[in-house]
Amino acid sequence: MSADKMTHSINMDALGRSSDTSSMGDETPCLTATNLNLFYGDKQALKDVNLVIPEKKVSAFIGPSGCGKSTFLRCFNRMNDLVDGCRIEGEINLYDHNIYQKGVDVAELRRRIGMVFQKPNPFPKSIYENVAYGLRLQGVKNRRLLDEVVEKSLRGAALWDEVKDRLHESALGLSGGQQQRVVIARAIAIEPEVLLLDEPASALDPISTLKIEELISELKDDYTIVIVTHNMQQAARVSDYTAFMYMGELIEFSDTNTIFTNPKNKQTEDYITGRYG
Amino acid sequence: MIKKWFKSGDPMIWLNAAAVSSSLIIVIGLIGLIAVRGLGHFWPKPVMEALYIAPNATQTKSAQVKLLGEIHDSETVSIQSLKEMGLTVKSENDWVNRSLVKTGNRDISGSDFKWAFDTFLDKVHYPENAITIERREWGNFYGYLNSIKENGKQIANKDTAWQELQTRLERALNLHEEIRDIEKGAIGDINYQIERLRLKEHGLKLDNITDKTPYQEIETQRKVLQKKYEVLQSKLIALHNLIKRDSLIATTANGKTISIAIENIVRTYKSNNLNILQKIGLYFERLWEFVSDEPREANTEGGIFPAIFGTVMMVIIMAMLVTPFGVIAAVYLHEYAKQGPLTRTIRIAVNNLAGVPSIVYGIFGLGFFVYFLGGSIDSLFYPEASPAPVFGTPGILWSSLTLAIITLPVVIVATEEGLSRIPRAIREGSLALGATKAETLWRTVIPMATPAMMTGLILAVARAAGEVAPLMLVGVVKLAPSLALDANSPFLHLERKFMHLGFHIYDVGFQSPNVEAARPLVYATALLLVVIIVALNLSAIYIRNHLREKYKAMDT
Repeated sequence: MSADKMTHSINMDALGRSSDTSSMGDETPCLTATNLNLFYGDKQALKDVNLVIPEKKVSAFIGPSGCGKSTFLRCFNRMNDLVDGCRIEGEINLYDHNIYQKGVDVAELRRRIGMVFQKPNPFPKSIYENVAYGLRLQGVKNRRLLDEVVEKSLRGAALWDEVKDRLHESALGLSGGQQQRVVIARAIAIEPEVLLLDEPASALDPISTLKIEELISELKDDYTIVIVTHNMQQAARVSDYTAFMYMGELIEFSDTNTIFTNPKNKQTEDYITGRYG
Repeated sequence: MIKKWFKSGDPMIWLNAAAVSSSLIIVIGLIGLIAVRGLGHFWPKPVMEALYIAPNATQTKSAQVKLLGEIHDSETVSIQSLKEMGLTVKSENDWVNRSLVKTGNRDISGSDFKWAFDTFLDKVHYPENAITIERREWGNFYGYLNSIKENGKQIANKDTAWQELQTRLERALNLHEEIRDIEKGAIGDINYQIERLRLKEHGLKLDNITDKTPYQEIETQRKVLQKKYEVLQSKLIALHNLIKRDSLIATTANGKTISIAIENIVRTYKSNNLNILQKIGLYFERLWEFVSDEPREANTEGGIFPAIFGTVMMVIIMAMLVTPFGVIAAVYLHEYAKQGPLTRTIRIAVNNLAGVPSIVYGIFGLGFFVYFLGGSIDSLFYPEASPAPVFGTPGILWSSLTLAIITLPVVIVATEEGLSRIPRAIREGSLALGATKAETLWRTVIPMATPAMMTGLILAVARAAGEVAPLMLVGVVKLAPSLALDANSPFLHLERKFMHLGFHIYDVGFQSPNVEAARPLVYATALLLVVIIVALNLSAIYIRNHLREKYKAMDT
């Protein structure tokens, strides 16, 4: 327990320059990035990022295109491992375990940290099989258990009523918004601790976007949610905390109210008020 | 003006349209020619009788002959070229028509076909009672029916002979069928089993087993088989005696009388006396014989079923070998291998393999598969069969393997293409759910790439079914005694040689002792080969489209 506390205190110290620790209040930290640097070949995409993401809250990353917010998000479930020539320094802790340590089971990590991508990417299988995919990977064969989880997850993703009569039809026949919710259902079916959402509504129409946003606020009771968005209104609507990133650096991280009403940093203020980006 | 016309792009459109339409015309023309020539062969032609005096013969009475037969072909030749060939033809024109008449009766006249100059044909008519007899030996007979004999005693005269012939021919055909069943079926099985016993005994001797009991067991089994064989043999002799009973007496157009055993007759009809329905019936009967029967008379008569069977079976075995091999190679190359100069080199090498002439693969197959692999298998597993090779000789397995190597690049390239088309988002989606790379491949990526694999397979099948040159080295024969699949265990005899349609075309067309008789069969066989390739392709395309529908990914 003491070791646990110590890690936290160190990480809090490390936040230093860019983050206002006081605004965190007494939240439990869930994900902690410490001195994180990321390189694509020679190009540095993330510069010395320090950040603490609180448990069971919605944290949003905003910033202009190419500022590294998606790259940063993909560090949390090690999706960047798949990119050729990508190199990472520093550490990210899920609670008190460094996920970049040697010997970490990446598949296991990704089971704990789910992810939803910008474009809906359902598999070319039935809705049912899409949602059951994660469980089948874990070797679950019990039909009743699968049925139960599929229903629960689809209800959790606010999609059950729309698709309950066609669970065994192809998920590709659904609309974009429905597909995105199938993907969310698929992610929560394996009960991760964290959900990473990479611009989950940017490819959707306003009504679907609204549904996804409602869903996010429902899900935050059970999951730690990190969402990347380039829509500031969306960040303001759904998130509890907001991080502003610019050119691979974390400029400011604070609770959403503060960021949008009283930013400490000049760059943040310029971005929020629409002076650039 | 012209410049403007070029700018508008019209010339390019016309050029493209011309290219497309000429390709179409070529394809349609080719298929059309093969189809007309091949399918026309089975239609019963009228039998013509005429007086003919060969133009180069001295004008004596004896030079005048009667021709009786079917006109198969006709052409216009110049007198000049005939003169150079040593034929002097008196004619007012520089060109004369000549017809190729199938007169049959090879046993009497020595050849089936005669060229006849149309101007020297006299009194052309189509006699109603001329009969055509398709025989098992000596080709067709054309002539007139005289009488029927049973055990040498005449039982029907000129008027009743035709009716009598029909019933007796039916009996003979049934008996023939029975004899063939016994010879090919029961006796074939017994021979196979006796041979296996012999090999077993030899194997025991090679292993230096001195214990008497296994030898005695083999001996008793052999005795049982021998008994069975003797029973069948006596039955066969009885049948042969029965079938020999009847014969017919017929005269040729020139008045020569010959006797034909009814057991040697396949089919007989009066060509000029058939109504249209009978002609259609005869047409389909002959077509069916062609696709379902075994060849006769050095492949110039009868059917080509063994060749169809061999072709299809070889292609199927090839597909079963090349698909897993190619897919595994492509998955490794695309998904696991570190992309760099080495993989690039491998890719170039694989692509170049597709361009190596197939005969080179044939030589490789003969040297590596047949002699090295097959020879090793023989010395390891079949020492009792030596010196006769089992696998160390060309056979259907080695042919399939050789063709699998030839078509491997196609499958690898197509599969890689398919794998690279799977959207990254799908892979990431699977990985993000905690799947390992292998799980992602098996559960999502490979199923989605199956349509591409099918495309590769379609190309492979199309190539393999038409390949002949390498097969001549590694397994194809002119006449295979038995099919590679039969009722004797182990049912699938991969070491056997087989017949192939492509090789059959070559053999019948160019190696046949009776080129004129075989020519229509070349067309018919070619048509059948094309039909089989199209059928194989269509079924693969159907499966692919089905899969494509199932796994269609979103467009990225």
